[in-house]
Amino acid sequence: MEKEHRSHTGLWFIMPALILVIVFFFIPVLMTLGISATDMSSVTGFDAWKWVGLKNYVKIAQHPDSMNNFITTLKYVSLTLVFFNVGLGLLIALITSHINKLAGGFFRSAWLLPRITPPVVYVLMWSMLAADAPYGVFNQLFRIPFGLSTGNWVPEYAFLFIVLVNGYIGASFGMIIFNSAIEAIPKDIMVSSLVDGASYTQRVRYIIIPQLRWPLLFVVTYQTLSLLTSFEYIMVLTNGNFNTEVWSLWSYHKALNNYWGNFQYGFGAALAVVLVLVGTILGIVYMKYFRFGALVQEPKIDQL
Amino acid sequence: MEVKLQNLTKKFGTETAVDNMNLHIKDGEFVAFLGPSGCGKTTTLLMTAGIYKPDGGEIIFGDRLVNKVQPKDRNIGMVFQSYALYPHMSVYENIVFSMKLKKKSKDEMNREADRVAGLLGIGDLLKRKPGQLSGGQQQRVALGRALIKKPELLLFDEPLSNLDARLRITMRSEIKKLQKDLNITSIYVTHDQVEAMTMADRVAVIKDGKLQAFMPPIELHEKPRTKFIAHFVGNPPMNFFNIELVSSDGILKGVNSHFTLPLAKDRQPKEGSREVILGIRPEDISINPDSDLKAEVLLVEPLGRDDLLQCRMGKEDISILADPKDKHRCGDVIGLDMDNTTFQFFDCETEKSLLWFD
Repeated sequence: MEKEHRSHTGLWFIMPALILVIVFFFIPVLMTLGISATDMSSVTGFDAWKWVGLKNYVKIAQHPDSMNNFITTLKYVSLTLVFFNVGLGLLIALITSHINKLAGGFFRSAWLLPRITPPVVYVLMWSMLAADAPYGVFNQLFRIPFGLSTGNWVPEYAFLFIVLVNGYIGASFGMIIFNSAIEAIPKDIMVSSLVDGASYTQRVRYIIIPQLRWPLLFVVTYQTLSLLTSFEYIMVLTNGNFNTEVWSLWSYHKALNNYWGNFQYGFGAALAVVLVLVGTILGIVYMKYFRFGALVQEPKIDQL
Repeated sequence: MEVKLQNLTKKFGTETAVDNMNLHIKDGEFVAFLGPSGCGKTTTLLMTAGIYKPDGGEIIFGDRLVNKVQPKDRNIGMVFQSYALYPHMSVYENIVFSMKLKKKSKDEMNREADRVAGLLGIGDLLKRKPGQLSGGQQQRVALGRALIKKPELLLFDEPLSNLDARLRITMRSEIKKLQKDLNITSIYVTHDQVEAMTMADRVAVIKDGKLQAFMPPIELHEKPRTKFIAHFVGNPPMNFFNIELVSSDGILKGVNSHFTLPLAKDRQPKEGSREVILGIRPEDISINPDSDLKAEVLLVEPLGRDDLLQCRMGKEDISILADPKDKHRCGDVIGLDMDNTTFQFFDCETEKSLLWFD
């Protein structure tokens, strides 16, 4: 009786969060799973659809664009993640935590500007940078002085641009997390490493980065999932043209924005489910790789 | 190695943290920097370590001016209050970190780690992570990390402050013994006067960035050069009274609104005005029921061997050590005898001693 009473009290406390999670996370996942097993589309409407089992998944497997889009997604996610969201973020954090405090703070704030710029405006700025002469700054800087023929850089280097556009924004997330983690390393440890004879690069390698395991795990996992599923910058910049149709954009195009007007809800949902699966698997792999279990372990001894 | 600090000065903005410090530490000497928090003792230590650059003056190791020498090239070992062990490395990796940076061979690292671990009795901990060690063990590891470099100068920044009282006493003697055995010149920063007194060959008392005195502990205790030192050194702290010096019948007396104390002939203020501060340590006051000097007991603090009585004498507070067997209670009125051969005198203005001069 006593036990039952206690478990009820706990339930009430988690109820608000539980309701939010169920309504906005759990049910949509189930609905997506359900829809992915139907042939629901604009043609069938919401009345005439029927269950088709795994047919949509078979269709994905046999679709001529599948492999291409999958590889594009893989390249896009991994390159943006490694070089920008983690790499550049870490680099900025290391530099700005090492230089003068005020200058570091200013530089970090400046890097946050794209975050508070509306995506369409931000992408528009990139488009204008890359635009054909006489507008594009890239042409003015890198082509015209050398007498080369000008052009619009976006179609030419479409893949590079989707990585850059996402990377420059994405880096600020890691930057903030890494910077606060670096600042949180006790000053005595830094002094100690100096006395032990570590140069700045040795300190980064042996003292700072090993202590960033937690934030690294967090940023890598969070940003992988975020890159897998976010497509708004790509949509605005290329709309998937020039071989930049990443998986999430593909899903969106199939389900909600089809050129021929036939929105294939079922097929699009199946594409989204594949994304969820890939994300889940990657999340588990990361936790294993970073030894999540060891990270959350309590210290064993606290005695004399 | 000899260490000389000459006119050493450090400013943070407009604040002067260390003001014209002059110290000459002998080879193999154990020196304590003693002072309250924020007095500049750690700043001085960090300048000696090369973490802070001095704004003025010189730091000389042996006959080498090291003002601009990087910490890693100073051949020093440092031990911190927070231990500052690298949390992601094992005890072994922590200890040999400085050797690893110098790309020493595996064999040499193992040999040295064994030597140091043996010295400190931490041989069985080498594979553990700092998080799995107790505070005392962590401090030993930190000591090992400092000693493996065979430093010519050891710097301690309040190394025992985070340990519990009992362990602190054990570590105190261990560090002292190790320092004597290895004969490494050492600077030990502490705000604990007991640590400074028990461990150091000489104590540098620092207040507001200025050196107050630099002398052996016993001299600091017996011949305090300033009121600050007299108050800071010794436990329980010295009692102070403002008195007026009056000469009558050929005897110099200290007079206050509440009492008159005759001064000993061979212990009188050498110079100064008629108003002085008189200091007497609690242990130099004895209880004598026949004495005319009466005080009321306000509080009894049992210290075990003694009872510390907080008393009131007229308008003055006074602390006295008493035998617990006498069972003093709050509210008791007791008679006091003050040993006038132990009086200290300080100038009211400068608070400098009127008995001892450098």
